[in-house]
Parts: sequence; C-alpha cells; structure tokens
Amino acid sequence: MVAVKLSGDAHEDAPVSPVPGLLTLFWMVFQRDLQVGLRRWTDASNAALFFILVVTLFPLALSPKAEVLRMIAPGVMWIAALLATLLSLNLLFRADLEDGTLEQLLTLPCPLGWMLLAKTLAHWVITGLPVVVMAPVLAITYHLPGSAVGVLTFSLLLGTPTLSLLGSIGAALTAGLRGAGVLLAFIVAPLMLPVLMLGSRATDFALAGEDVTGPLYLLAALLVLATSLAPVLAAGAIRISAD
Amino acid sequence: MGVLAGAGLTLWRGTTCLFEELSFVVPAGTALLIEGPNGAGKSSLLRVIAGLTQPESGSLTWRGGAFREQVRAGILRMAFSGHALALKAELSARANLKFFARLSGKSGHVADVLEATGLGSCADLEVRLLSAGQKRRAALARILLSNADLWLLDEPQTNLDAAGRRFVEAVIRGHVQQGGTAIVAAHQAMDLGSSIQSRLTLGDA
Repeated sequence: MVAVKLSGDAHEDAPVSPVPGLLTLFWMVFQRDLQVGLRRWTDASNAALFFILVVTLFPLALSPKAEVLRMIAPGVMWIAALLATLLSLNLLFRADLEDGTLEQLLTLPCPLGWMLLAKTLAHWVITGLPVVVMAPVLAITYHLPGSAVGVLTFSLLLGTPTLSLLGSIGAALTAGLRGAGVLLAFIVAPLMLPVLMLGSRATDFALAGEDVTGPLYLLAALLVLATSLAPVLAAGAIRISAD
Repeated sequence: MGVLAGAGLTLWRGTTCLFEELSFVVPAGTALLIEGPNGAGKSSLLRVIAGLTQPESGSLTWRGGAFREQVRAGILRMAFSGHALALKAELSARANLKFFARLSGKSGHVADVLEATGLGSCADLEVRLLSAGQKRRAALARILLSNADLWLLDEPQTNLDAAGRRFVEAVIRGHVQQGGTAIVAAHQAMDLGSSIQSRLTLGDA
C-alpha cells in the first residue's frame, strides 16, 4: 500500500531534518505572511492610499498657504498614519482565523506570541512601511523644511510599528467578531494616543528649532514596551477568539 | 492498557451540554472513530483534545502522563486537521505544505507526499484554483508531513471521491500499524478493520 510505504519512509531511509529554532520560526512565519500579503496587494495598498488621500485633502479644505500648511503638517501626517493603521488592522488575524491557520499555530509546541510578533511585523512592512516611505514626499508638498521632514519620517518609523503592535491586541480580541471594525478602533485608539502626541510633538519641536531627542526617546521606549508586551496579550486574546 | 485516555470530560456550548462525564480509552495500535449525528459534539471533542477548546471538567492522559504538558514539551507530537483546512488560497499547494513540513522537520518529503496524495500535477497551482477534493487532499498531505504520533482528523473524507476515501482509510491504517494513534471524527461509516479500530458514539444515535 502506498500509505504504509509513505509512513515507513519517515522513520527509516529519509533523514528528518531538525525542527527549526526560534529565529528560523520567526523568519518562516514572517516570510509566509509577507508572501500572502503581497499577493493580496489590493488589500495591502488600502492603508497607503488612504494615507495619501487624507494628507492631500487637508490643503484643499483649509488653505494652501505655506505657513498654514507648515503649522498643520505634523498633526495631519500623524492622524492620517494612525487612521491608516486602524483601517488595516481588520485584516491582521481575520483571514488566519477563517482559514484555520491560527488553529494550526495554536496546536504547535512553539511560543504563540513569538509567531504573532512575526505576523504583526509582516503586517507593518506591508501597511505601515509604505506610509513611512511616502511621508517625506508628502511633507515636502506641505513646505516642511528638510530637518523637520527628517524628524517626521524618523518619528513615523519609530511610532507606526508601535501602532501596529498595539493594534494587534485589539485585532486578536475581535478576530472572531463580524463587523468589528469600529469596535476595534474604539478599543485600540486610546492606547495609541501617547504615540500620536509624541510623534507630532517631535515634528513640532523640529519646526520650532528645539531639541527633539526627548519625544523621540520616548517613542523608542514605547516601541520596546509594545514589542515585549503586545504579543503576549495578543496570544491570550487569540486563544479566546479561536475557541 | 491505552495510550490516550480521557476521563470525566464535560463540555457545554452555550446552553447545550455536548457531553458529560465522558471517558474513553484508546488502546495502543488502534484508531478511535468518533461517531454520531451532526451536532453531537464530534468536532468539539477533537478540539478539546487538540487544546483549542477548554472543557468544563475532565482530564486527558497520554501514556499515563499529563497530556497537555507532553504536547507543550514536544514529547507528544500532534497533528490536527479541522473543518478549516489551513491552506492559504494565494499560495501554491507546495508552498503551503513546505511551511508545515519545515516546522515538523520533514521538508525533504514534500514532493513525495504531493505525488502520493494525487496532487503531483497541480502542486504549483494556487490553492484557490484547486477543487474542494484537491484541497482536502492537500490537508491530508499536511498530516502526512507532520511527523506526529497522534493524528486528530475531523471528517477527513469530506469532498473526496471513492478512491480518495479508500486512500484516507489506507493512510490511517498505515499510520496506526506503524505504532501511531489516530482519532477520527466521521459521520460516514469508515472501516479500518476491526483489529485496529475502536468506536465511540456521541449523541443519541
């Protein structure tokens, strides 16, 4: 019988390679999610397109004057980045819950939080990184000076992964709920406020020619805190959602 | 003497009691067939064993030791196949299986298993283009690549043709004869041969 021969192979002639370590596991999950995300590029590009849309609407509605634009630029950029993140969070765990991938990850003897961290990072690369890359281009149209553009971009680079990580907790909690988009936003938006305030404040400071290291250090500290805590909380929430 | 035993398992879903004080023993070298009508709790029992659902009470043991601890420590390797097939529609069957095969350390077997499950010709197509039966075969291939001692299969013959159903039975028989254990929820009659199967009937059937 074919089947008997197959099972036999596993134990005898063909060598069984070692089970991957933690770093390989992280890379495998990250790579797979990136592949799937890029194939679903219409979903993936939503966040970036939304960011561009919001940022370009403000000058049309308010005023195209350089001094007005320069004043509102930090706030507009950061609000748009936060909303773009909220918009994309729905997709973080939904598909994995529906197609059974999460059930498989849950039954593996591997740390779930670690795998969710890899998934969240892949999600940020697909939805958050384009926002960071686009921000300096859009900032120039807002007449921001070079130094402020640099600080804005760097603050987004530090802050948007934190937004995705905080969002992963809410996404894990609501993955099993229908139409949870607004509920999800209400759960995670309050957690995101410190990042929003520090990010736009850093750019404000740069515009005023003041020292920006304070808010940037705080943003970095929040990123470290979110990286260490969010996956653990998301893992707990996923266990509930998958039941 | 059984390899896997459940004692006093009780599970409520909402206001319905699916099973109460359920105990069972799976003797070494056998497969346990869970039978019963739709809604009797077959899938739920499998999910309890897989650790996806917490029962209200009861305990599981594997070779006399605590079940969950041995799974967590990697001593007991377990493969679960539920209603959802855990296949990414955007990736090919081969890419889907490679991921799980690497997790179990059997990435060298992917091509052989694809061939054996009858997916050799469509292994590089995106899964969304496969038929329901082919997807089910891909899920079975994942189990074959899992290198697990304990198989938990929920309706593995769904959507399969007659040859496919016989193949599933042959695969499970092969696994059990190699010293493995399988628990299979099936509402269709499945026959593995009386010497290697025991039955557990849920519900009023």
